[in-house]
Amino acid sequence: MPDTILVVAEQREGKLNRVSWETVTAGQALASQTGWTLEAAVVGSGISGIASEVASRKAAKVYAVESPKLEPYTPDAFAFALKQFIESKQPKLVLMPHTYQVRDFVPKLATAMGRTVISDCVGYKKEGDKLVFTRQMFQGKLAADVSFGCEPPWFVTFQNGAFRGDKVETGAAAARVETVNVEIGDGVIRNRPQEVFKEAKQAVDLTQAEIIVSVGRGIKEQKNIELARQLAEALGGEIAASRPICDSGWLPMDRQIGSSGQTVAPKLYLALGISGAIQHIVGMKGARTIIAVNKDSEAPIFEIADYAVVGNLFDIVPPLIEEVRKAKATG
Amino acid sequence: MKQVPQKDAPLKLNETANWIREDVSYEVNEPDAYALEEALRQKEKHGGEVAVITSGPARAQQVLREALAKGADRAIHLEDSAFVGLDALSTARVFAAAIKGEQFDLIFTGLQSDDFGFAQTGVILAELLGWPHATIIMQIEKTETGIRVKRELEAGYFQYVDMPLPAVLTIQSGINKLRYATLIGIKQAKNKPLRKVALAEVQPAISGNLQKIERLYVPQKTKNTEFLEGSAGEVAKKLVDKLRNEARVI
Repeated sequence: MPDTILVVAEQREGKLNRVSWETVTAGQALASQTGWTLEAAVVGSGISGIASEVASRKAAKVYAVESPKLEPYTPDAFAFALKQFIESKQPKLVLMPHTYQVRDFVPKLATAMGRTVISDCVGYKKEGDKLVFTRQMFQGKLAADVSFGCEPPWFVTFQNGAFRGDKVETGAAAARVETVNVEIGDGVIRNRPQEVFKEAKQAVDLTQAEIIVSVGRGIKEQKNIELARQLAEALGGEIAASRPICDSGWLPMDRQIGSSGQTVAPKLYLALGISGAIQHIVGMKGARTIIAVNKDSEAPIFEIADYAVVGNLFDIVPPLIEEVRKAKATG
Repeated sequence: MKQVPQKDAPLKLNETANWIREDVSYEVNEPDAYALEEALRQKEKHGGEVAVITSGPARAQQVLREALAKGADRAIHLEDSAFVGLDALSTARVFAAAIKGEQFDLIFTGLQSDDFGFAQTGVILAELLGWPHATIIMQIEKTETGIRVKRELEAGYFQYVDMPLPAVLTIQSGINKLRYATLIGIKQAKNKPLRKVALAEVQPAISGNLQKIERLYVPQKTKNTEFLEGSAGEVAKKLVDKLRNEARVI
């Protein structure tokens, strides 16, 4: 059997999660570098349509791993089904996007198979015959190249935005789609999930904002957010925040940018007093221009900033508001 | 609970560049602080006992002392520097070994650690124990059949899940507000049981890391960051120049 890379695409409630394209791109890149065969799988119930969607891209084959018990998602069902599937197909490398759902089941799946997951990777390197996977550590301050010390299958999850979903290659013809039915016995599934719902009506859609002024812990107190609000107003933009600010209730949850909030790619992202923890960065690294103000010269936010100011935001922001107002007035 | 380098601690690589030099200040992994807080609140609501466990060298005991001071009833310390180098699977294995014979109803962990950021230990532990689990939890309520938890999903979505006990939950930040230890709490902590578990006791559970950090390094910058310097007024002017001519938002 040829060595295979298996991309497990993610579907939620009958729709393909678009971040899966990034994983397919990663799989295609790895396949071309290693010479291994690329295959993909979609897990769920009644998902042959999604499997066909995935098959429109360059891959040797796409599997629809089916069982009525796979809808709704539960970690027990997904780990069970994929364990059975992977044991029968024996891929060398299993790739998934690092989504909340994947985080919920892939460590369980790997452990049940006596394997390990290198999770939240931002890239990979091929060193001779060995593959190493790069991941961020210490909130992005350091990077680690990690290798597997066990037999395949090797499980890897890739961070949101690590690969370009829009760069995924289309094949000459659609890949074959094969349905694999899985029997999931009674007693396997222990959780009983209810309907997915959105909390309080979202007042603002930050993904539509061209300019975002965002605050982090450096803002120190709730009343200081007024300063950021004035800057946002002067620029004609929206205010946003990193998670800790929303956890404290200083701004509503729909202003949160990051892995648990919104992902934005505005023309301008101005980060005030934000250190740049990974969970925040994944939500804004696609911004066209990133300006960061932070007291700490080592703050990871400076790794992705186009323009950086190492200094106290309380010194910088007031004159900045003035200058912006002046510039806008003169036109 | 895990002890991790302080958020703003300057990190230096060790000689072999596969780990950091440990001469930094440490603190409790923030997500774990939320897990502890939630455990304490559940105890306040329903009675019972809160135990805390950590693995690491002597310095890690600080995390347990703080937890006891906040209201945890007893602590378990797997004490050895060797525990620091274990991957999530081995860590979960030694925890499972250390709590053999205990009758916990619920095990909480933070949703990930601020140093490794794997987000795996809790889920692996559930699998090893054969318990159901749920991750990124924002709310826990007791029910007739066990618990009802509120799972956070991406993009502002949530989901309630009914689960039997015992179960493992990984807890999201913002589920609650962290309390401070009181002076009385700190005093009382001194008398609370702290069981030490030596490496030798749990050694059989470890079988060697299944993954290896080949090297640790300062990430290569892909961006050409321009640092703007000068007085606040000068920087403000420079920024406006960039906003106008580069970002083109003015």
